[in-house]
Amino acid sequence: MTEPTIGAATTAAGRRHRRGRAASERPRRRSRRGAPGETPAPRTLISARALNTPRGRVIYWIVLIAVIVLFTAVFVFPLYWMVTGAMKSSGELARTPPTLFPRHPHPGVYRDAWRRLYLGRFLLNTLEYAVGAWLLQLAVCVPAAYALSKLRPVLGRAVLGMMLATLMIPSTVLLVPLYLTVRDVPLLHANLLNTPFAIWFPAAANAFGIFLLKRFFDSIPGELLEAAAIDGASSWRILWSIVLPISRPIIAVVSIFAVVGVWKDFVWPLLVLPDSNRMTVSVAISSLSEQTPQNILIAALVIASIPAVAVFLLFQRHIMAGLTAGGLKG
Amino acid sequence: MTTTILRKAAPRRSTSRPAGPRRSVSRHAVRRGLSAYGFLCGALICFALFSWYPIVREALLGFQKTNFVGRSEWVGLDNFRRVAGDPAFGSAWLNTLEFTGLALLCGYVLPFVTAVVLNELRHARAYLRFVVYLPVMLPPAVAVLLFKWFYDPGPGLFNQLLHVAHLPGLNWLDSTSTALLSLVIVSTWMNMGSGTLIYLAALQSVQSELYEAAELDGAGLLRRVWHVTIPQTRLILLVMLLLQVIATMQVFVEPYLLTGGGPQDATVSVVYLMYLYAFRFNSYGGGSALGLMLMVVLMVFSAVYLRVTRDGGR
Repeated sequence: MTEPTIGAATTAAGRRHRRGRAASERPRRRSRRGAPGETPAPRTLISARALNTPRGRVIYWIVLIAVIVLFTAVFVFPLYWMVTGAMKSSGELARTPPTLFPRHPHPGVYRDAWRRLYLGRFLLNTLEYAVGAWLLQLAVCVPAAYALSKLRPVLGRAVLGMMLATLMIPSTVLLVPLYLTVRDVPLLHANLLNTPFAIWFPAAANAFGIFLLKRFFDSIPGELLEAAAIDGASSWRILWSIVLPISRPIIAVVSIFAVVGVWKDFVWPLLVLPDSNRMTVSVAISSLSEQTPQNILIAALVIASIPAVAVFLLFQRHIMAGLTAGGLKG
Repeated sequence: MTTTILRKAAPRRSTSRPAGPRRSVSRHAVRRGLSAYGFLCGALICFALFSWYPIVREALLGFQKTNFVGRSEWVGLDNFRRVAGDPAFGSAWLNTLEFTGLALLCGYVLPFVTAVVLNELRHARAYLRFVVYLPVMLPPAVAVLLFKWFYDPGPGLFNQLLHVAHLPGLNWLDSTSTALLSLVIVSTWMNMGSGTLIYLAALQSVQSELYEAAELDGAGLLRRVWHVTIPQTRLILLVMLLLQVIATMQVFVEPYLLTGGGPQDATVSVVYLMYLYAFRFNSYGGGSALGLMLMVVLMVFSAVYLRVTRDGGR
């Protein structure tokens, strides 16, 4: 339950990943030019020798092409079907056999979906929840992780242990009590339903973020910070001008988790934002799905997936690096 | 800002110095502790209100009858009895177990096999990794609704493909025999990317000398996978198994959006039943009782997970 338990596995994985990448990056790039397997790469399951035989080469290319075709069919084709399906008329959608390309494409459906389902408002709502949760989470977790890692107050280890212990409770189990809490916050007696705070505050109590940040801060040499303290810098100043600039990579990872987490979440916004003006885009589309014509609904799905895909295209490297750091999330 | 901080800090240090080393150390420690809790207070408030308090409350709610008008009253095990007497209770657990089993069969084995194959390929790696992870980025509700359209018995994509292959169409979500399997397919499609990439990263750590040695000993391809790849990635495989069990046992979005638990309770999951109790039948006690049962089951896996990650680190 203390920090090294989860840390052991994640650091080991991270280290392995880094080592692995450093070792495999170069040969991969070189091999793009030449024939497969002619590089002195650290061998994998199949040796370079086996790949270099005529038979090995034939099998390699067959497997490669089969994998590319299969992956495209399984993962890209459904998305293609979605994008083109939206542009088909209702009659064409119901046809058997289906048309691979829309006979008379109606790109106007996207505009209709945008207007009829008020997608602009729901996307803005979702953006508001995601950005707010992200900022609040950083504002709460970064100082906390810094204090637990570098200032080490009395009972600091106990506090950290209690925070990490929450990772062991499955999140869906807490839906009911958390809902009741948000509905009537103890001490404050505020009702947060249908306000962004219902998303932001629970998101800020993120033990995993604190864990990732603390583990990173632990690796910053103490001498660096002590030198600054001797020069008279306050703790806040040390955090702001020394720790934060060094910690950009881990802050990027935590930020991506925060934004993607809120963006992908469905159950929690379904429960705490029942007002149809405050819904997230996922909840709104699913609640309107029954009374919407098929092609408009599909167009709405396309529009709702564009931000996620765009974020992925932009931050692909960070997201994939974060996956190995955070893939072992509890 | 810089100058004010520096000016403020400098005199304070000079005044504390004549006071003797011991007192200055303890005062320094107190000040440090106070400022540390200053840094911590935001997190402490958030955790206390939105994490620790709900956890305690969950444990209490299961044994209480809650309504918003009066005070909660203690009812002992009534909530548990009521929930366990529900005819959907048994099928919810069975469905959840079956879903978890099927999801592991597809969603656990498939990413590993995919990762092993991808690791052997020298071309198109970036494309393949991008493509396999693309569905993971979609909001789950979007992916699930997309598959709801594919599952449509009439013009849905899957029956159209079966038709093209001259096979009889299926009733997918409307038949008790295929409904749960349909949920597993969506879930695998939208989640397998992350497992694949994690395994792919883990495979980089397998020592190549072991493959070399195994091959010299005459081990074929499958034997090398079995005797080298799998033992070398054992820890990650085990951790992912536990995490996947914990995640799939909490399945909710798929039954909620695709089937509403039907047909004939064939796809009611434990969390879905919990949702029905708490938010449709207005029985927070019943919902919490179900949640507590699920938590006890999942805590077993969490405990094993803790053990494994601790031992593996040493």
